[in-house]
Formats: sequence, structure tokens, C-alpha cells
Amino acid sequence: MKTYYNPEDLKKFGNIGEFQKKLADKFFDYYGETFKEGALTAREKSLIALAVAHTIQCPYCIDAYTVDTMEKGCDEQQMMEAVHVAAAIRSGASLVHGVQMMNKYKELSM
Amino acid sequence: MIKSLKARHSQLADVGYELKILSQKTPTGFEPDAFSSKLRESNLFPLQPTKIDTLQINVGKMCNQTCKHCHVDAGPDRKEIMTRETMQQCLDVIQNNSFTTVDMTGGAPEMNPNFRWFVEEIRAISKEIKIIVRCNLTIIVANPSYHDLPDFFKKHNVEVVSSLPYFSAMRTDAQRGEGVFEKSIRALKMLNDVGYGKEGTGLILDLVYNPSGAFLPGNQESLEFEFKKKLKEPFGISFNKLFAITNLPISRFLDYLISSGNYDGYMEKLIASYNPVAAEGVMCRNMISVGWDGHLYDCDFNQMLEMKVETPGQHIAQWNNNDLHRREIQVNQHCFGCTAGAGSSCGGATTS
Ligand code: SF4
Ligand code: SF4
Repeated sequence: MKTYYNPEDLKKFGNIGEFQKKLADKFFDYYGETFKEGALTAREKSLIALAVAHTIQCPYCIDAYTVDTMEKGCDEQQMMEAVHVAAAIRSGASLVHGVQMMNKYKELSM
Repeated sequence: MIKSLKARHSQLADVGYELKILSQKTPTGFEPDAFSSKLRESNLFPLQPTKIDTLQINVGKMCNQTCKHCHVDAGPDRKEIMTRETMQQCLDVIQNNSFTTVDMTGGAPEMNPNFRWFVEEIRAISKEIKIIVRCNLTIIVANPSYHDLPDFFKKHNVEVVSSLPYFSAMRTDAQRGEGVFEKSIRALKMLNDVGYGKEGTGLILDLVYNPSGAFLPGNQESLEFEFKKKLKEPFGISFNKLFAITNLPISRFLDYLISSGNYDGYMEKLIASYNPVAAEGVMCRNMISVGWDGHLYDCDFNQMLEMKVETPGQHIAQWNNNDLHRREIQVNQHCFGCTAGAGSSCGGATTS
């Protein structure tokens, strides 16, 4: 079956350097540095990444950060709560625009 | 409770079949001698001992649990346990050598009727030697005759190393069986009560974390931090160190990997995570593992695959220091479990 997404492609992520090495190197350096233990723990960063992955709905990232959060000792409840954080921000972002709708409504109404 | 592979007459109870699977080229393509090749690249082939300072003794496959991932295929239906005579042969070897550590494992070692006698005899040989018992915790609360184990361990200054795959019931029970988490917590409290895992007592209680599924353990220190926090708060439990251990693809864990469709992916991950530094520190380089019937192996995993030490004498009664120090350690693809990432041994990660 032909699909746009192939799970095997995730493992080939590193290959993007084949077409443009310098930028890929810079990106992977930056990426690696970002996820190291810092003011935030690597575990916290991984949960944030999992939430963001659900916001951008990237199947590769969801796959990768499900494994990563599991490896870092997060459980299913913590992982689902991270997804809810993403969902809450997304729905909140829609709903807060409801105010704009209300403003416009009121502007046009008698 | 699930049964052992042996009682289920599973094909995987046959080590010949296990080794065949481990030696097969997978669709993702690793060669049958992939581990030896990796060692060769790291200038570690043939793999040889550095010093033998640890004697690990498996006193039997009998256990009160049947964890899904068990590499021993242990359980209540396994009757193979070490006799007093074989224990005496181990004691003779301990007497005539200068091991720093005797590490007792099983099954549930405490279920061997000669277990306490054996511990007392080892302690009588040396006050300093480190005696470790790999205690599955639930045995302590299994029946009243085991309730005094914490006191017994304390009396003989035994270090306790216990498995707790997670700080929640759901994941622990999924791997180790219904109700195991609650019983483990009770047992940990009993150990804490006599001073185990408490600062200043010198009584060591270490925990073993191993993933409940087809993924690798993360950073040992971060996991330890998390475990300490999560066990302290609701349960008031303290412990010394956490060892993060990778599940090796043998026995019941292999059965799980195959039946869940995770085998290829898991092997691929282990191989991709090969770390030459971890390879240098694999535990078989400083230990000999003794099986319940007295045969000698490079490690507990090789023991389960019935790959005996490659020396003329292969039984504890034929112990020969020179031969054992000069031997070549038997390896196969399961060894990738010891060299992935930060490395894995009975004492957790092998690199820092
Ligand atoms: S993992 Fe340990 S406690 Fe579980 S069945 Fe095997 S020997 Fe028993
Ligand atoms: S499985 Fe045993 S022989 Fe293989 S590397 Fe690990 S400790 Fe050594």
C-alpha cells in the first residue's frame, strides 16, 4: 500500500544531510543540545515534545516521543495528560477567538 | 497466574530453538554473528575475563511469581533447585578464593529450603564478603514463614536487590502479576522498618528497574530520582540505588517480543544502540555464574541458554582458576542487551 507516511522513514531522518549537510549538521547539533538535561530535565523536555508533537500532528514525532517518554519513565497517565495540555491550549485558542466573534456580533447588532 | 514456558510446552522452552531464532537473519537484516563482529570492531574479540571477583549463584528456578519478562522461565511449577551438596561445593570454592561478592539469585532464592543455611555458611567464611540476595519482595509477604526475612538479612549483613519495574500498580502488575505492586510496597516497608535503605544504617536496599515492554531503559540517574520521589511521597519508602536493566531477548521476554510482533524492532534498537564502552564493561568479564545443578556459565543469561563456560571442567566441583581466567566468553545476539546505550548488568548501567 502506498502512503505518504512510512514508519521506516523515521530512521532515515539523519539522511536529510545528504542534500544539504551544513544546515543538517547545525540542526542536529541544536536539536541534541536542546534536549539535554538543563534548567528543565530531559524528562520534562520529552513530555513537552510529546505534547507539541500532538499539536503539529506529526506521526514521526508522536512515534519518537512516545518511545522517548516511556524510556524516560513516564507512564500512560502522564503521557495522556501532556496530550491534554496540547489539546487544552488548542481548544482554548479557538474559544478565546469567540470573544472576537462576540465583539463583531455586538458591533453589528442593534 | 500464567505458567512457565516449560509447563506450557512452548517451543521457546527449548534452548536450541531460542538460539536458532537469535541466530536468524532478521528482515531488517542483522547477520548471525553480528555481536562478534561488533566486538571485533571494538578490539574486544574474543571476549575475555578481566578478573573474577563475583560468584553469582542461581539456587533454583522455583519462584512464587511468573513475571512475563522472566529470563529464567521461573515459577511455582519449576522444581529445579540447588541441593545442599552443590551448595557445599560452592562454599569450598568461596573458601579457596577471594571473591569480593557472592550474588544469589533464582527464581526466588529464599524458597530453596537450604537458603538460610547457605547464607550463614558464606558469612561464616568471611565477615567482609558482600552477599547479595536478589529478592523479589513478594516472597517476604507470601507466607508467615518468610515474614522474618528482613531480620535474617540484617543479621547476616546481606544486601538486598529487588525488582520494582515501576512506581505504579498498573505497570508493575502488567509485568509481574496481579497484586504484585501492593505486596511489594508492603515488603519494602518491612525492609525499611528494620533499617534497610535508610541512611546511616549501612543496610543496603537497591531496586531494579526494567522496562515493562519493548523499549529500553532511560537514564539511570533520572529514573532513580523519579523513583525516589514517587516512592517517598505516597508510600514513605526509601532505598539506596536504582539499577536500570535492559531486558534481554531470551526466554519469556523473547516469547513476549515474538508474540507481540516487537522482536525485529527491539533487536534493531539494541544493535543500533551498541556502545563499545559498555561492551568493555560487560559483567561476564568479572563473574562466574553457577547454575542450580552446579554447572558454570559466563553469566545468568548464558546459563538460561545452556551455554556453559568453555573450559575443560564445567562444574563447580571442577573449579580451575587458571582455565576460567583464560577462557573465551561465549557470546550470541542476546549479548546486545548488555551493550545497548549506557550498558546493562546485574548492577545496572555499566557506563556513567
Ligand atoms: S523475574 Fe524474578 S520474580 Fe519474576 S518470575 Fe522470574 S525469578 Fe521470579
Ligand atoms: S549476555 Fe552474558 S555473555 Fe553476553 S555480554 Fe551479557 S553478560 Fe556477557
